[in-house]
Amino acid sequence: MKLSNKNKVIRNSLLSVIVLAATPVVSQARDQIQIVGSSTVYPFSTLVAERFGGSGKFKTPVVESTGTGGGMKLFCKGVGASHPDVSNASRAIKSSELENCRKNGVKDIIEVSFGNDGIAFANDVSNKPVNFTRQQLWMAMAEHGPKPEKWSDIDKSLPDTKISILVPPPTSGTRDAWNDKVMKGGCPAEVKKKDKKSCKIMREDGPVVEAGENDALIVQKLGANKEAFGIFGFSYLENNSDKIQAATIEGVEISLESIQSYKYPIARPLFFYVKKAHIGVIPGLKEYLNAFTNEKAIGDEGYLIDAGLVPLEDGKRTKLREVAKKLIVM
Amino acid sequence: MHNEDTLNQKNRNRSRILADFRFRAYGILGLVIAGSALLFLLGNIFSTGYSAFQQTVITLEINLDEDRLGVTSTASPEEMQEANVAKVVKQSLYDLFPEVKKRKEKRDLTKLISLGAELDVRDMLLLKPESIGSIITLTVPVSSDADQYYKATLTGEQFKSRLKENQKQWLQTLIDNKQVIIKFNIDFFTQADSRYPELAGIGGAVVGTIYTLLICLMISFPLGVAAAIYLEEFSRDSFMTRMVEANINNLAAVPSVIFGLLGLAVILNIFGMPRSTPLAGGIVLALMTLPTIIIACRSAIKTVPPSIREAGMAMGASPIQVTFHHVMPAAMSGTLTGTIIGLAQALGETAPLLMIGMVAFIASVPGVPTDPATALPVQIYLWAESAERGFVEKTAAAIMVIIVFLIVMNLLAVVIRNRTRISNK
Repeated sequence: MKLSNKNKVIRNSLLSVIVLAATPVVSQARDQIQIVGSSTVYPFSTLVAERFGGSGKFKTPVVESTGTGGGMKLFCKGVGASHPDVSNASRAIKSSELENCRKNGVKDIIEVSFGNDGIAFANDVSNKPVNFTRQQLWMAMAEHGPKPEKWSDIDKSLPDTKISILVPPPTSGTRDAWNDKVMKGGCPAEVKKKDKKSCKIMREDGPVVEAGENDALIVQKLGANKEAFGIFGFSYLENNSDKIQAATIEGVEISLESIQSYKYPIARPLFFYVKKAHIGVIPGLKEYLNAFTNEKAIGDEGYLIDAGLVPLEDGKRTKLREVAKKLIVM
Repeated sequence: MHNEDTLNQKNRNRSRILADFRFRAYGILGLVIAGSALLFLLGNIFSTGYSAFQQTVITLEINLDEDRLGVTSTASPEEMQEANVAKVVKQSLYDLFPEVKKRKEKRDLTKLISLGAELDVRDMLLLKPESIGSIITLTVPVSSDADQYYKATLTGEQFKSRLKENQKQWLQTLIDNKQVIIKFNIDFFTQADSRYPELAGIGGAVVGTIYTLLICLMISFPLGVAAAIYLEEFSRDSFMTRMVEANINNLAAVPSVIFGLLGLAVILNIFGMPRSTPLAGGIVLALMTLPTIIIACRSAIKTVPPSIREAGMAMGASPIQVTFHHVMPAAMSGTLTGTIIGLAQALGETAPLLMIGMVAFIASVPGVPTDPATALPVQIYLWAESAERGFVEKTAAAIMVIIVFLIVMNLLAVVIRNRTRISNK
């Protein structure tokens, strides 16, 4: 008796699987916004998403942290409910990506540059504060540089400690921005002349170590190795100011004001991109766009600013709200 | 001559005994090292994580003033959504500290309270619109910074808080008034992810994990068992079956991220299943668990003595009767153990889920398997990445939850094994 019961169970479950597999899965229209993209924008995007969902009218958007490049790939795959509505980016969309988008029918894209971010070059708080120039940083890190052992080999004013720098992986937007601002900006003319790309190559003889995307882990490593420096987004520095301190770059301290005015040399704008074709189809997309560009979020005292975003200047913000209201495509 | 022999023998004996002793010592040493590493790890996780099971809350008297809210008790639910709940919550704080006048100071003061307070008041308005105009008492979470500070003062831990001096003073006053207390954090188990550490919970991830594993089990168990039975009991030893066997063994060793890529290409892009859902996740994990189950089930069937089959056949049972009435019951314990171990493996996977979009911020607990959801290991990864200090304890607490999950599943495996074994005798 018992055995035949088991027999039935097995047979029924087999049957149920067959039925399950045979059921056509209809990809129904979504009622929830889907967002992909940069891990730097992720904390801001999720904050807006949560407040947006918390207000009760729409479902909380789903936000994936895929990296800027990965997000663009998904975003540009096509129009329709099975493709994401918004792509976060820690850099402007590349022309190749735009072309890919167009090819797949994603034609009208709204570009929103919602704020700024600075990149900090930081070490453990127990150290004396230091000042670097971009040239010095390039010399310490570049493959085609002098490859010094110690900071003091570059300049007598720098500390007499071994060079040890933890850098984010090449897939991260932070690394892109660092390459753009420091590795290119600090590159001497004679190297630049030879080949532009060689400026960005980092040395592989030990002092520069790739440390993965996990900022929390890098902070721990800096605590363990007091000589080491790490590269962080400004929001991360703000949240961990009791553990790490940022070096000044060319005499400019990293701060809200210095990033906003781009006096701090390693600053960049942050973006997100919206498919216009999805507005009016996916419920709440227009409202999300407005919530993100609202003064409550990105204004001087907005909640994203509390989370470490560096606000745009007033004039730019007014223009941005115009873009969001009138849905101006790029 | 004779003497020398016994001497040699004695020496040899001695070295044998010593070797034996050394071998045991190595074994014990190995165990001690492994054990202490485990203890250190668990101790570390426990000591950082246990505080996440507690939550600092503040009791506020909130005046639901019509003017401040901008709605009346007869307002429609849509109008209620628009009510200015932030204003009444902030006002209740200002009333506690009438000496705070400056705009900047007021801002500092309101930062002691979580956004959760506003959400709670809004829920209250929707639930009981008649309470507008009266004064209600609500217990709401404090902000993560305040929570971390209070917990640190309780344990006497050295900790450089992000709170400003005046914020610390206000908090201390509230603590002395017993308005701020610490309580068991039930929200941690019922809520989904949040960007505010004090509001974030593991509930969404737990439900997502359960859905994913159920779907994984529903697909991989019957298919796996059926495949194993066919290969062991019915198939002829042909080139085809040997190919299938070799491929199953290969599949068991394929890195899990490959299954994720397969899931993305086939399940999402061809079959058009919704992204970020336990349905898609469960199917991908089922593909991953399938080889484990087939191999476990096959070896369980192999251990069933041929005499049982022969006895069944001799009594006139058909091959399928022999299989289902005699062989499978005897092989069930091994099969189930293998299945549960396969599921436990699936429980810890993040890589395949990354590809199908389950590594995402999802702020609601999923209702059905086609709702977007995340899983426990993914939640741990996302929290570990977060900048906010409050997520450190949450991460450790989530690790504790997943360990409990694993222990329960392994216990289940042991219990099932023992049960089924007894019933066969």
